[in-house]
Amino acid sequence: MTSVYDSLFLHTVARAIVPIIQVFAFYIITHGHYSPGGGFQGGVMLAASIILLRISLGEESYGRFPRNAGIVLAGTGALCFAFLGFVPLFLGGSFMDYGLELFWLPSATAHYWGIFLAEVFIGLLVWGSLMAIYDALATGGEE
Amino acid sequence: MVERGGLLRLVSFVLVAFLGAALVWGATGLPQRGDPLAPAAVHQSVAVYYIERSYEETRTPNMVTAVLVDYRGFDTFGEALVVVVAALSCLLILPRRQSGLREGRNKEDRPARGAQ
Amino acid sequence: MITDFFLGRYPFLFIALLLVIGVYGMMMKRNFLKKVIGMTIFQTAIYLFFIQGAKKTGASIPVYSVDLGSASDAYMNPLPHVLVLTAIVVGVAITGVAISLLLVIYRRFGTLDEARILEQMRESA
Repeated sequence: MTSVYDSLFLHTVARAIVPIIQVFAFYIITHGHYSPGGGFQGGVMLAASIILLRISLGEESYGRFPRNAGIVLAGTGALCFAFLGFVPLFLGGSFMDYGLELFWLPSATAHYWGIFLAEVFIGLLVWGSLMAIYDALATGGEE
Repeated sequence: MVERGGLLRLVSFVLVAFLGAALVWGATGLPQRGDPLAPAAVHQSVAVYYIERSYEETRTPNMVTAVLVDYRGFDTFGEALVVVVAALSCLLILPRRQSGLREGRNKEDRPARGAQ
Repeated sequence: MITDFFLGRYPFLFIALLLVIGVYGMMMKRNFLKKVIGMTIFQTAIYLFFIQGAKKTGASIPVYSVDLGSASDAYMNPLPHVLVLTAIVVGVAITGVAISLLLVIYRRFGTLDEARILEQMRESA
């Protein structure tokens, strides 16, 4: 990519701060029920943490997050989201109609957990897509 | 194309200024900012249902998340697919650097820049 | 009448200014990257317009709180917020695809300048 800054300070601070950003991003994804946030915002923050790693560490970050892992994550997130929509279909309801009246589960709780799982899968999907876009742009278009 | 000819640049500038004037004139017909009697604030049709029934049906306090993922979940599914397709198209358009397969390419084989 | 217009509708003037800046960038700049930046500014103006239209004085954000109950006039309209969330994410994806197209154009022509690219296309045709 571009030149990597050879500064010990930058390497140390970037490696220390990336897990903090990721914890905050998971907080935003899982607290999408109670405060503004949700899957899309948390996914973008997760991608931002890995892009920070790429910019500051350069070649070493390809060992921590592989180059082709972006589109795999995105495809997995999309597939899981689609299957989550099929689960109510197999159990007797309609597609993406999470509110089934199972024996022990009230309908509102089923909606709650359906929304939660959908948010997590959307977070994975957005993370993988933005990492795929960044990796393609960073290493493509050169000789 | 634009920054070379003087007349074309003038006409474009006049068009852009006319667009700005038309937007300001159109803004006089909009309701005031935060007007509680505006049509978007009076909650006709479906917004009333979403606000009043979202907590008891889904137990999520955040109405935006409930509408986005539960009531309009199909549209969110389509939009997530749009993001994945955009990432895929980025990967397909750009040439990927494949390690080890390009040993034989050197600078004389590639066409010179700009000439065809 | 003029002060009443400006006091009540001043966000729409700023949004109109951003829109005009975006259209100016898309139309009158010669570099392709500046056109993409103009498109992004235009999209941002549209997001701001939707969010401004959803505001209601005396109403809280569309997050249910126990002391406000389920009355429909205590909360803002959640639907424009939903629209803008979707639009922002799609805008990011569009910007990514646009920049990758610009990379391919640069590899092919060696420049991102519109006049020189048109010249090269006319020469090679």
